[in-house]
Amino acid sequence: MREGGRIGRRFASLRQQRRAGLVTFVTAGDPDLATSIDIMRRLPAAGADIIELGMPFSDPMADGPIIQAASERALRAGQTMRRTLDMVAAFRQEDAETPIVLMGYFNPVYVYGTARFLFAAKKAGVDGLILVDLPPEEAEEVVGPARNAGIDLIFLVAPTTGDERLPLVVKHASGFVYYVSITGITGTASAALTDVTHAVERIRAHSPLPVAVGFGIKSPGQARAIGSTADAAVVGSAIVAKIADHIDAKGAPRADLVDVVASFVGSLAEGVHAARPRRGPA
Amino acid sequence: MMDLPNTYRSGPDERGHFGIYGGRYVAETLMPLILELEQAYNAASQDPVFADEFRYYLKHYVGRPSPLYYAQRLSESFGGAKIYFKRDELLHTGAHKINNTLGQILLARRMGKTRIIAETGAGQHGVATATVCALFGIDCVIYMGATDIERQSPNVFRMKLLGAEVRPVTSGTGTLKDAMNEALRDWVANVGDTYYLIGTVAGPHPYPRMVRDFQSIIGVEAREQIVAAEGRLPDLLVACIGGGSNAIGLFAPFLDDSSVRMVGVEAGGRGIPSGEHCASLSAGAPGVLHGNRTYLLYDDDGQIRDGHSIAAGLDYPGVGPEHAWLRDSGRVEYVAVSDDAAIEAFQLCSRTEGIIPALEPSHALAYVSHIAGGMAKDEIVVMNLCGRGDKDVFTVARVLGIEL
Repeated sequence: MREGGRIGRRFASLRQQRRAGLVTFVTAGDPDLATSIDIMRRLPAAGADIIELGMPFSDPMADGPIIQAASERALRAGQTMRRTLDMVAAFRQEDAETPIVLMGYFNPVYVYGTARFLFAAKKAGVDGLILVDLPPEEAEEVVGPARNAGIDLIFLVAPTTGDERLPLVVKHASGFVYYVSITGITGTASAALTDVTHAVERIRAHSPLPVAVGFGIKSPGQARAIGSTADAAVVGSAIVAKIADHIDAKGAPRADLVDVVASFVGSLAEGVHAARPRRGPA
Repeated sequence: MMDLPNTYRSGPDERGHFGIYGGRYVAETLMPLILELEQAYNAASQDPVFADEFRYYLKHYVGRPSPLYYAQRLSESFGGAKIYFKRDELLHTGAHKINNTLGQILLARRMGKTRIIAETGAGQHGVATATVCALFGIDCVIYMGATDIERQSPNVFRMKLLGAEVRPVTSGTGTLKDAMNEALRDWVANVGDTYYLIGTVAGPHPYPRMVRDFQSIIGVEAREQIVAAEGRLPDLLVACIGGGSNAIGLFAPFLDDSSVRMVGVEAGGRGIPSGEHCASLSAGAPGVLHGNRTYLLYDDDGQIRDGHSIAAGLDYPGVGPEHAWLRDSGRVEYVAVSDDAAIEAFQLCSRTEGIIPALEPSHALAYVSHIAGGMAKDEIVVMNLCGRGDKDVFTVARVLGIEL
């Protein structure tokens, strides 16, 4: 973890408050650029501790139907990598502290130019990067540029990741470790809490980094349960589903869309914040 | 300049890289499965029992060896090189695809997997997968783009007859790349019992190597057969390229024979300038998709573009990573041939040789017909006739304006 970075500071502050964090995922540019910026701006006050912003991709192989559709909506509305960075820069003019993590697939980053993209992302105010299809075996070409740019490279751990692989996966990780709690795509099944607890303990045995748990967390109750065992709960598809439910047949946002999303995030935050993580202050 | 290797046959390295291409760009959930697959394949490929089993079914079920046939009338009509066809179109299910599905199903059984998933575009790989699943009584789910299901209804029915479940994919553009995405999503959700049977020399390591190895039987046979027929190696090998499995199967055993030129023929669709083509090696650029780094078709923002080809089997916006490496090293040349030229070659072959070829190898033939006349009469060309054209008669009739 980068001591001086926003992600590190945010987790340190959560520990001081002895509470878990809420990481909210939305796809950048969904359903359109203006609405997406409005949503983003409302997230911190609604209770998001960290904002995860999906970089839309034409072929989101690890995502379920809800986030696939969000990616398609964003691309149809003209979202690009540059626009996603511009969104972050606009957000940063009003909020200097909420950490922003970009999540997506490697090709658009590679095509932009990995080092060039990371530098531009840092300049825009991005703090972390998750590339779903970049396992540690292939990460070398991103690890160096990320470090040079000052961006935390966040790696995923899955239920299939055995103990023998964990040291490799966390080796280059910074910021936090993202535990994918189910074997499956985003927004589908939910994991059993005992399994998650066991996995989080396994990860903590190999890394001092905070552990965020995602995939399959849909309700404030589930978020609270995860918050009792992990450092943060990540909610994506359930939020994105609210966006999908509040656009009209032509894809235009209904007047209440942003309020609905903010209010749902508020209920998730209440759930997570009511949880007391097992791990004490560092 | 890249250093020229002493051998073109040592790749990939232990991490699955062919130069900068290949690799294992998959979600962490799948990484342990891919490592397990690699171990299982390494063990199988050194096991004589596995090799014997593969050879047994190739001979008695698939119908190998396929003939190497001297296409005399065609050669004479061009007035140049002697053209030989490697006739994989005569194999069971009508194309080379079965070489690979057979190899992989034997591996899947060895690994104790009880459920097979596969992607298919035109349906040829789906049929070849459903076939071997029926042969061994293993559950089979085929992902196929909704657009393709409409275009290829006879193959959909074949797969169902063979006992497979065909799942339509409506995400993205509903074509082969989306079917592959969906198969990967299935695999992530069914990690315990499921084997993903990829249809070409693409995807994460070890697929490109494994599929190449299974398809190399094409080149191994062709090499023996041409030496028996002509007493020497051919001057030129030609094969069509979608993902590139039939081409690498023919080329691989000849890669270190510097006297043998090789040309891979991509789908030029409506022409490269139109943007409606699948010529990723001729007109694409390196990128990362479906587990490997290779040449891809994408827009300025790195979003994958859908290709177009009259030949559904070539309709994929990427290509196997070994081809990307062979392109950059200059060992193999890659050219593109248009829909129209392929249709013309399709008719020419039917009339001149009494062989109705698939539209995919019709691309290779279009290239051969373009250059054979300019070659000397004692030069030898081996072209992979990797599939038969029964599946394409409706498409060709439509293009020719004939109602069936």
